[in-house]
This record gives sequence, structure tokens and C-alpha cells, in this order.
Amino acid sequence: MELTCITCPKGCTLTIELKEGKILSIQGNGCPRGIQYAENEILHPVRMVTSTIQVIHGIHDRCPVMTSKPVAKEKIFEVMKEIHSLKVEAPVFVRDVFIHDVAQSGADLIATRSVQLESSFSNEKK
Amino acid sequence: MKTVDLVIVGAGAGGLSAALAAWNAGIRDILILEKENDTGGILNQCIHTGFGLHTFKEELSGPEYAERCAMMLKDTDVNIQCGTMVLSMTKDKILTCSSAEHGLEKIQARAVVFASGCRERSRGAIQIPGSRCAGILTAGTAQRYLNIDGWMCGKRVLILGSGDIGLIMARRMTLEGAKVVAVAELMPYSNGLPRNIKQCLDDFGIPLYLSHTITQIEGKHRVSAAVLSQVDEHLQPIKNTEKRFEVDAVLLSVGLIPENTILEEAGALIHPKTRGPVVDEQCMTSLDGVFACGNSLHVHDLVDFVYAEGQRCGQGAAAYLTQSLKQEKCVQVGAAGNVSYVLPQILHFCDAKLFFRVKTPMKNCAVVLKSGTKELKKMKKISLLPSVMEEITVTKELLEQCEDDLTLEVTSWN
Repeated sequence: MELTCITCPKGCTLTIELKEGKILSIQGNGCPRGIQYAENEILHPVRMVTSTIQVIHGIHDRCPVMTSKPVAKEKIFEVMKEIHSLKVEAPVFVRDVFIHDVAQSGADLIATRSVQLESSFSNEKK
Repeated sequence: MKTVDLVIVGAGAGGLSAALAAWNAGIRDILILEKENDTGGILNQCIHTGFGLHTFKEELSGPEYAERCAMMLKDTDVNIQCGTMVLSMTKDKILTCSSAEHGLEKIQARAVVFASGCRERSRGAIQIPGSRCAGILTAGTAQRYLNIDGWMCGKRVLILGSGDIGLIMARRMTLEGAKVVAVAELMPYSNGLPRNIKQCLDDFGIPLYLSHTITQIEGKHRVSAAVLSQVDEHLQPIKNTEKRFEVDAVLLSVGLIPENTILEEAGALIHPKTRGPVVDEQCMTSLDGVFACGNSLHVHDLVDFVYAEGQRCGQGAAAYLTQSLKQEKCVQVGAAGNVSYVLPQILHFCDAKLFFRVKTPMKNCAVVLKSGTKELKKMKKISLLPSVMEEITVTKELLEQCEDDLTLEVTSWN
């Protein structure tokens, strides 16, 4: 069977020889990550999940988030459900962890940008 | 009038990278003008991961990549002025800009870098027939609404164009609960990266209709339906192939155009194919001391390539300012055969990289660099795609052998 590797933008075409659900050989990968991808894709496909969450009192209204590592493909929409119910307060720092083990996926949900407190709120607090 | 050594227009990946490179090359008086209220440019709305594998050896989201770029300038005295729109520039590098803070302002620059990004082709550019109702957006606008503002632009969506933004938005809208009924592509092949076809469409069972276009849009105030038709080899719609989709939004991902209005008005030579300025290997345009990089020079697939180009451009601008830019003999570089364009178009006799893109997908081909009829370099390629920018290196020694202008062509390997 053939797979398009999604690890990097090169998108190598991987040729995989399978016998009774077991991988005999993987060819066409431009780097070792292609082997890892092909193995995952056949045995238990995983994907990174990215979205945004609501931020209150921040200089931006949304904070982009991602899973700290790829999660099982069938977990994607469960992860999204938890993301949708989340609301955080500024300030946020890049790599802040919002949810540990989001949707029991084994990955954390983390911020991928910093969001400073809006100046009017920081003044009030002072 | 305020005088600045180096003015950089745009604080996206290209502008920030050019600023850092110029700073590292010893330029101390650098001003970046950015129209948004924050640095980062288009990266801020590209919240998906996959950025930075080359530059940072990590897979980052767009906003995190932008934050890293901005952080690298933290220990410098590069001045970043946000909320400032550059309106025009004269040949003598006097920029007119406006901002809420400073009002209308004129700045005399000794060198200028344009890193102003690109804009999207819109409905008017491709003349889609039908109702002029609400709900028809470019994919990038929908991406901004969703990822920066948190607004969904529709619940049932049809996407025209299979460029990467269209594909990424197909996944993004699906994850946020919309139904993406189809992605249609006029050409018989996709213009997006193969990985995005896989992870954005195939993963979610979104159909891709190749050789299809929108031939009708219905709706009074808001889009209610769109009609797709198959096209023939001349890209003309074929009768009785119509498929009607009930949708409340249509997203267009039908190409990007480098943003060069100001450069063009200042008199810089614009290349008809890239729609960006004609440049040499240091990214200098036909205007003395005026440079360009990133998506305003040509549309890139990867931000890492924008970053690297920004570095070359920043170094070029620094060399110009310190008068170490050697303007010796040069040759012109042109595209032939299946090569759509090649950059830079002007090459001085030095080690350099040529970047090019093909017009149509090709397998088992030869990339040939010629000087007149003389073959200088030949390289075998298993597969070339229009969506993937390729490069070929040239050396000073190689260029010294050439007597005529250079042409880069791609032919079948034999």
C-alpha cells in the first residue's frame, strides 16, 4: 500500500509491504521520521490537534492551542469538545498547560502564544 | 524629516528576519513599520502546527513561530512601530506613512526592505457568476475571523481552490463543527501540499473535485447554494455536469498575489510571472537600495524559506549600507520549458542559490541550467510539483564560464 507522509511539507510517498497486518518493509521515506509515521499510521494513526480558546481580559480575544503531542485520530473530536468548553484569563504565556491529559489522550493542551493582560485591567488591579 | 538607515516595511517572518540579519551585520539604526497592532504578520492566524522544522528544528504553530522571531530581536535596539501604514515611497526612498500615534509622517531611509506579504485573489479576479450575496469570503479572511476573532463564517461550506489555505480551512471549519461539503479545484491537480490533502481532506472524508469550478451562486441576502461544473481541457465548464450543493458559505482559495503596489508606483520593475519585483541574489530590486523578501517577492510554501530569504535580504541591505555590496558583472536568469519562474532574475558572479517552480507536475525530469546553448549544470529530479519550490545552487566558478544570459529549464530525463 502507499501512504503520503504528513510529517513535513516534503510529503514523501511511502510504499509499505504488509502481510497479515504486519509491516514487512517501508520504502520511499526521505528521513527516519517517515518510518515512524508509517508504523503509526498503520497500527494506530495519530494527529496533532490545534484550535483556539477564549481569553478574557487579554489584548487578544483568542489564544491558539495545540496538543503537546499527536493524539489518537479517534480522539480528535473529544479533544475539540474539551477545547470548546474552556475559557481562560489573561495573562497567558506560550507553552502554558491548560488541560493535563486532555480527553484521556495522553497529551496536554498547551498555549502556542502569549496573551498579555489588557492595559485597562492591569491598571485597575494596581 | 526623520532619517533612518534601514526601514523595513512589515513585521512578519520576512521583515523580522531581515531586521535581525541587518542588526547582526552591524546596522544599528533600523525601523520596522507594521500596519497591524502586533508583530508576526500572517503567522498569527496560522494556528496549525508544522512551522519551524528548518529554522528552529521544532514543529511550532504560526503564532509561536512569530513569537520566537520577535524574541530574537529583544536584545537589539531595532525599533518596531506598529499600527503604521506605509502609503507611498519615492525613488529617493522617502516613505510617507500614517499612524494614529504620529499622524502623517515622512521618513527618509538610506535603504528599504519591503516585506509586505501578499494578498488573496478574490471573487472579482475569477469572475464567478451568480448572486452577489453575503457569505462569500477568501479562505484567509475566514481564517482570520475564526482564529483571531473567534467567529465562524458558516455551517455548511464549499471551498473553491485547493491551495494550502483552502485545505487547512477545510479541516479547521470541520473541527469547529461545520460541514465542508466539498473542495473544488479548477486544475486537474491540487495546488496544495500532498500532506495537506491527506491530513485535511482524506482524514475527514471531504471530497476533492479536480477539474471543477463554481458556475453559479444562489442566494438572496446570504448564500443558499453553489453549483459546481466539471471543466474540459481548456478549463471551460462542461454542460450537464452540474452538481448543486446547499451551503451558507463559500470560501475562495484561488491564489495569492505579492503585495507590491508601493514598489510598483515607485518605479520598481515587476516580474509578470511572480508579480513581485525583479531582484538580484541579495534581494535588491531595480531601485537602488530598495530590497524585497518574503511573500511580497514571490509566494512561498514554507515560512522557513521566507525566514531564510529575509536573512539574505537583511544581509544584502546591510552590505549596501556599508558599501560592501559589489556591483560587478551580472547575468540575467530566465525560465524556459516547464519552469514557471526562477529567482533571482539577476545574478552577480558569486555563489548563489536559484529558486524555481514548475508549471505542471512532472516525473523523472532534468533540471538544466544553460548559458546561451552551453549546458552549465544538469540535475535529475524524480518528481516536481507546482506546489513545491525547488532550488539549484550555482558557484562563482560556474558562472565565470558563462558568456550569455542564463536559462533554467526542465525537460524529461533521457
